[in-house]
Amino acid sequence: MDLWPHALSGFFSNQPVRTALAVSTITALVSALVGVFAVIRGQSFAGHAFSGIGAAGGSGAVLVGLQPLIGFVSMNVAAAVVMEMIGLRRARGRNLATGIVLGVSLGLSALFLSLDMTHTSRSGTTISILFGSLFTVDPSLIPAVAVIALVVAGLIAALYRPLLLTSVSSELAFVRGVPVRLVGIGYLVALALAVSLAAVTIGAILSTALLVGPAATVLHLTKRTGAALAAAAALGVASCWIGIAISYASASWSTDARGWPVSFCIVAVVFVFYLSVSYLTRLRHGFVSPHQQLVK
Amino acid sequence: MSSAERTPAVGSEVPDVLVVEDISVALGGRTILDRVGFRAAPGSFTGLIGSNGTGKTTLLKTILGIIRPTAGRVLIGGKAGSRRDPIVGYVPQKIELEPDAPLRARDLIGLGLDGHRFGVSRPSANRRRLIDAMIHGVNAADFADRRVGLLSGGEQQRVMIAHALISRPRLLLLDEPLANLDITSSHEVVQLLRHIATDQNIAIVLTAHDMNPLLQAMNRVVYLAGGRAASGTTAEVVRTETLSELYGHHVEVIHAGGRVLVAAGEIVDENDPPTLPSRGQSEGV
Repeated sequence: MDLWPHALSGFFSNQPVRTALAVSTITALVSALVGVFAVIRGQSFAGHAFSGIGAAGGSGAVLVGLQPLIGFVSMNVAAAVVMEMIGLRRARGRNLATGIVLGVSLGLSALFLSLDMTHTSRSGTTISILFGSLFTVDPSLIPAVAVIALVVAGLIAALYRPLLLTSVSSELAFVRGVPVRLVGIGYLVALALAVSLAAVTIGAILSTALLVGPAATVLHLTKRTGAALAAAAALGVASCWIGIAISYASASWSTDARGWPVSFCIVAVVFVFYLSVSYLTRLRHGFVSPHQQLVK
Repeated sequence: MSSAERTPAVGSEVPDVLVVEDISVALGGRTILDRVGFRAAPGSFTGLIGSNGTGKTTLLKTILGIIRPTAGRVLIGGKAGSRRDPIVGYVPQKIELEPDAPLRARDLIGLGLDGHRFGVSRPSANRRRLIDAMIHGVNAADFADRRVGLLSGGEQQRVMIAHALISRPRLLLLDEPLANLDITSSHEVVQLLRHIATDQNIAIVLTAHDMNPLLQAMNRVVYLAGGRAASGTTAEVVRTETLSELYGHHVEVIHAGGRVLVAAGEIVDENDPPTLPSRGQSEGV
């Protein structure tokens, strides 16, 4: 079967592919770090809110002639601070608040994107903001992406132990002298930044897939925090590379040379990993997965 | 109601680890605690007993420094208590962790050493030895390598007790450690705490809505009702006279089958159970 080698010819020498690999690798690494803690803290809801807020930020930025990344980052970080201030971390009202924030932000995105279209007459903006366009990312964006990723990794490394302690019991952490709110804001900012990077990679709407997908998958594989972080990072990077390769190759499979969207390919690989790992673990251990024990 | 407080603490030559001096707490204009005081000596086992809404959690949080009293003060190790006091170990009632979170019981115990510090902890032989010793100390070897979130209530309590003890506190505070535990795990946790108090000379203070599982282990009771408290030894506090004075109306303390029941006098009168002492006898105390 020489379908793959042929379809992948020129893969690594292709400039858009190289940019895509660089951006997605950096993004997948920090998304995994933040994602594992989102699962531990039961805070993936905040990631969903950020996906909508980011869409509004990104489309708003385009409207005033800025890079979408600037919009993603500024809106998400501002929202992170507000969310911690209104106590969105508390379980009660968390779903409602997320739903309201998500609804309003997507409504705003609809307005901004419609204005973008009339003002700039670039019809690709909507797809690019909402669903990403990794192959059209400007290579000059890579340093900014790397700096944001370093900030996220630094925040997670610095907050590592207090984050675990507050996840076990915020009251206990408070008694032990942990500045609980500061740690909460620090983590939310890291989450906001990671979602912003994921929005550049696979689009604002899909950004949580890269965040939660690999993290949820590795829960089946390990019970150690450090191992979970490493495995999620590896899985996230692998998903991106395989997805990019499939998208690249798919262009040569169709007659009109239009491949499958790279965001779809990455998200599909994430999902396939999740399904197969959870299926294989169940098969091997012959026991009920933690997720199912929860339902029980 | 404070008659028992005049009683000096057990072994009064040893300074008390915890002194609660007539604290009052008002939250939202409502008085939750009204001049509540008690002391805890090293190695003592104190139960803060009361039904829901009597202020026992408020009392515990005031001792922990989470709530500031409107009057009175809390002395821990002779000093005005503040949070992050290393001589205080705390076991909260509930673990908020997601059940499938990748955190093993032994990792959680390790966080008792340095979980409040920033950064990542470095593994070392000494650290591992300390954690292993704690695991054996609370008899958690069987589940030390399992996920914390998937342990049973009793197992989680033991892990949290090890987490609190690893930093060598002199005072261990526990919030409703027996809530939601079955009879066997409840008994195991009480036995464990009793050993910790006597072997390591740690003062244990815990809240409970039912004093019965604690009767054998407790040597001090702080009984809370209507924001006020009666404190002293179990024999001093848990009797009809003291509790009736605390409640402000007649209540009956009934001893039956090694258990204690506190009932409003009227109810006992109506039911008139044949095996229990009659109301007239109790009033004569």
